Amino acid sequence: MCIAGGHFVRLLHFLEEKMNLLASFINIFNPAAFVASLPGAVAQGIIWGIMAVGVYITYRILDIADLTVDGSLGTGGAVLVLCVTSGMNIYLALLLAFIAGCLAGLATGIFHTCFGIPPILAGILTQLSLYSINLRILGGKANVALSVDRYDLLVTLRYIPKTILICSIFAVVIIAVLYWFFGTEVGHSLRATGSNRNMARANGINTNVNSIIALVLSNGLVALAGGLLSQYQGFADVNMGRGAIVIGLAAVIIGEVIFGKIFRNFALKLLAAVLGGVIYYIAITFVLRLGLNSNDLKLFTAIVVALFLGVPFWKSMAASRKIRKPDEKTTGGAENA
Amino acid sequence: MLEIKGVYKTFNRGTINEKRALSDLNLHLNEGDFVTVIGGNGAGKSTMLNVIAGVFPVDCGQIIIDGQDLTKLSEHKRAKHLGRVFQDPMTGTAADMQIVENLALASRRGKHRTLMPGVRSKEKNIYREMLQSLDLGLETRLTSKVGLLSGGQRQAITLLMATLKKPKLLLLDEHTAALDPKTAHKVLELTEEIVAKDKLTTIMITHNMKDAISIGNRLIMMNDGHIIYDVSGEEKKKLTTADLLEKFKTTSGGELDNDRMLLSND
Repeated sequence: MCIAGGHFVRLLHFLEEKMNLLASFINIFNPAAFVASLPGAVAQGIIWGIMAVGVYITYRILDIADLTVDGSLGTGGAVLVLCVTSGMNIYLALLLAFIAGCLAGLATGIFHTCFGIPPILAGILTQLSLYSINLRILGGKANVALSVDRYDLLVTLRYIPKTILICSIFAVVIIAVLYWFFGTEVGHSLRATGSNRNMARANGINTNVNSIIALVLSNGLVALAGGLLSQYQGFADVNMGRGAIVIGLAAVIIGEVIFGKIFRNFALKLLAAVLGGVIYYIAITFVLRLGLNSNDLKLFTAIVVALFLGVPFWKSMAASRKIRKPDEKTTGGAENA
Repeated sequence: MLEIKGVYKTFNRGTINEKRALSDLNLHLNEGDFVTVIGGNGAGKSTMLNVIAGVFPVDCGQIIIDGQDLTKLSEHKRAKHLGRVFQDPMTGTAADMQIVENLALASRRGKHRTLMPGVRSKEKNIYREMLQSLDLGLETRLTSKVGLLSGGQRQAITLLMATLKKPKLLLLDEHTAALDPKTAHKVLELTEEIVAKDKLTTIMITHNMKDAISIGNRLIMMNDGHIIYDVSGEEKKKLTTADLLEKFKTTSGGELDNDRMLLSND
């Protein structure tokens, strides 16, 4: 009885501690402020979602984790800022940002196919060289501002509803174009290249050319997202792409985990990557509101991605270890006898 | 139609693992020949098919099909002339793509790929009929991912893909070896049917000596990277497995060391 009483007191203490924690949590976490920051999270999420569609092309279709994107996102941002500040039309500037990204992808593709460098290393090489190139595009400055007051920008964090609308239109158009493209003969051969290179070559497909096409297309989209991002935040920064691949992968994987069971169509799978970006940014906003130090954000992102990548692996390990019990009907020997 | 002239191929040259896989290989195939290939482990059977297909370059020698020298052409360019089925059922198909998409890909072998639809609706009906003729119940699963199919089903589809656009030369690399006996038998029947119907020139590697004797019009035996025995017509039909073993002993001076070949007595 005495021992049971001791347990009870300890339980009360425990509960009290938890209640205090909850109270302090509610003090820190302001639901109203969280809701107020949601539209911004959605806008950024869609921009990173477009970037994630680019990552999807290399990571899921070509079956390569392409690290070029850490550089090409910044290239897109830098090219857009350079073009707009020199008076160019915003759509034309976005097109040039896209093309600049395509060239970055081409570089990685050439490193990979002509130099025989493994894809991850080829991406790292381009990414590194892009750091210098991005600095040159920005005129040697690490950060160049792009004021919405002086230039006619498409998206900006000042007008978030318009930003969400325009970025959504971009996302839908890009998904529609990719859906068409991957249904064509060239698109099919690209998918075959990613799925089975031996089979692709045996069927007359030039796997090198297709790998390059995928890398070009992917980095073009990433740079386009970089162009949108630099408008949104009002500046281009030489470091804006650091860790972009991880955020892109996070969006792709979150999208797959959440929508994988219901989104079977290819266009919907791409949409899932965009939605994955939005969910990622809402989650980031949430943990920042909870008091996470924003300096720790990249650590947090990396851990989240590692966990999401690990879950399918652990699941398959568990499934292969599970021993099926023999079917009861087949063991009913006694009854039959 | 196929001419292999003095081909040599050595792997890992200059290392401790140096292996001479082909050594003065010469072969001439006539239009419509159906050749079965047998030989010991490491005799160069698969290497021969791979140098024909251009998987790796030869050290020297020439590979000519219908007068065209293919020796320097890359693998995907030679694919125009070749249909290939591999030992591993996973190799011949794209697992992440639908059955119909795989077939459509194969039907465009050797053609320039454009931005037209990858599968046209007209094609689907043709493929459905073809799958129906396989009698594997695949005609209702046109849009299933190939990765969901069994090894035998995948091998049957690879065979269809290899012959969908009539190849000048069909290369079969022990394509039934990884299948269970019943499925292997079915795929082999299908092979004979397709080859006979389209009058395809074919090279088939097999480890089954009875199949090697009963199928095709010509049999070659390989050892040490070249052909040691080449027989066709009536003489081939009269062969027995004992003859083949004896022939191997006298021409190569050793016992046939293909364990799988010796174990398969069905």
